[in-house]
Amino acid sequence: MNFSELLNIGLMQGFAGLSLFAVLLLMGLGLAIIFGQMGVINMAHGEFMTIGAYTIYLSSHLTELYAPGLKQIYFPFAVVLAFFFAFLLGWLVEWVLIRHLYKRALDTLLATWGISLAMQQCFRTFIGPKEVSPNLPDWLLDAWAPVPGLDIPRNGLFVLALTLFVTGAVLLALSKSRWGLRVRATVSNRMMANAIGIDTSKTDRLTFAIGCGIAGMAGAAFTTIGSTGPTSGQLYIVDSFLVVTFGGAASLLGTVVSAFGIAQTQSLAEFFLHGSMAKVLTLSLIVVILMMRPQGLFASKVRR
Amino acid sequence: MLTVTDLFVAYGQSEALHGISFVGNPNETVAIMGRNGMGKTTLFKSLMGILPTKSGSIQIDGREVTHDESFKRVAKGIAYVPQGRMIFPTLTVEENIQTGLENSKTRRIPDEIYALFPVLFEMKKRKGGNLSGGQQQQLAIARALVTEPKVLLLDEPTEGIQPSIIKDIAKALNEIRQLRKISIIVSEQVLSFAMDVADRLFVIEGGRLVMETTRANTDADKIKQYLSV
Repeated sequence: MNFSELLNIGLMQGFAGLSLFAVLLLMGLGLAIIFGQMGVINMAHGEFMTIGAYTIYLSSHLTELYAPGLKQIYFPFAVVLAFFFAFLLGWLVEWVLIRHLYKRALDTLLATWGISLAMQQCFRTFIGPKEVSPNLPDWLLDAWAPVPGLDIPRNGLFVLALTLFVTGAVLLALSKSRWGLRVRATVSNRMMANAIGIDTSKTDRLTFAIGCGIAGMAGAAFTTIGSTGPTSGQLYIVDSFLVVTFGGAASLLGTVVSAFGIAQTQSLAEFFLHGSMAKVLTLSLIVVILMMRPQGLFASKVRR
Repeated sequence: MLTVTDLFVAYGQSEALHGISFVGNPNETVAIMGRNGMGKTTLFKSLMGILPTKSGSIQIDGREVTHDESFKRVAKGIAYVPQGRMIFPTLTVEENIQTGLENSKTRRIPDEIYALFPVLFEMKKRKGGNLSGGQQQQLAIARALVTEPKVLLLDEPTEGIQPSIIKDIAKALNEIRQLRKISIIVSEQVLSFAMDVADRLFVIEGGRLVMETTRANTDADKIKQYLSV
């Protein structure tokens, strides 16, 4: 193995890591918003991701049945639809269940876990236990080979672009929009935010729904790199929590950095070691770093 | 204006306010004097909807707010500067003020606010949590003022603030009353500050208003007796 081959392998594994980074980041972003804003640990987050993934599959299936001509262009619309389905369901779950449990943080854990199980069973019963994959448009297949021996998969590029776009949009909305101001004020002091004129329960519902919507988009991204089954979300939920904790619960920038770190360590180690050993290595690193910095990588410095 | 009639507030079984009635008129400052634990903060929290009312009524400009959530009361014209200021420490000064613009169409902070508190303009990009106590107090007042209130509540605005700044705050409150002709209700333990700002003074003791005087007729010694432990 000469140097340029090694470099190519490094680049390709690095890129595989980037795809994982994309899904983890989208998942972590939604979790971080919900956890940071409301202190709700959303165990059903993975299932909202699965909803998004099934939405893509459904769109692909319907397109094939009724409008085969649209095969090349349905995908972006399906991504938007994935957001909205997950958003609507999130809105509903907050309204029916979560809002009654804000004063009992640990009970939300149990309640959302219950939702998670119920949703998984719904997927199994109504969609089927077998894993499914959408028919992706041609422009998402194959790889881009800038030099011989270096293959960068196009779906990975797409997922990365989508992630960067969504992350940018969320960060911008949080720092500049009125919704963002409401969210940050409510996070800072819920009672006072209400006493200065902010409708905090509406802010909560919208925020929960947006977090779930982003999970739906993570699901959409996920369909381009793996196949969807009833338990797909569950596989990602632990890693997503890891991303949020490692990054520092209150910091979205921390979420970005920690998703990147975890995904890259995992992906590069996987090539040189066994898959499980890669996991051991990643987790040990996280444990050691969290022992030294229990507040996570980033925590904002301010007198309180 | 603010009309409070026969207000009863309780923490579970234990009743803290036993029938409070008073009126805050437009272009008037009312001071509620009392020692710690006499019910000042409880009264303000219940006026703001943070604590539920057991019975009685609270009206702003003739409109009933007794059972409204806090944010709805703000829309109806009441604003709150809490004890301990409670500014949002992680937000910048500018953003802190903007949170009060929830019911306004623009997010532009009126020039008048910065004219009243020039120090906030100088610090508008700083995090609220990094301001001094006096500056935070001014920030909390500015944040309440941009909601365009008819009634402004201030709970112990001088607590933990150095004397020179207390004078500034008294001046600002008098200016605000003159400019906006609103009703200002302030709770206090410091008599000199209350005498600087208030037109009428009440004394609260054990959850009841036990004394009412105008500034001109105030018997300072008698009030001091109530305030001493």
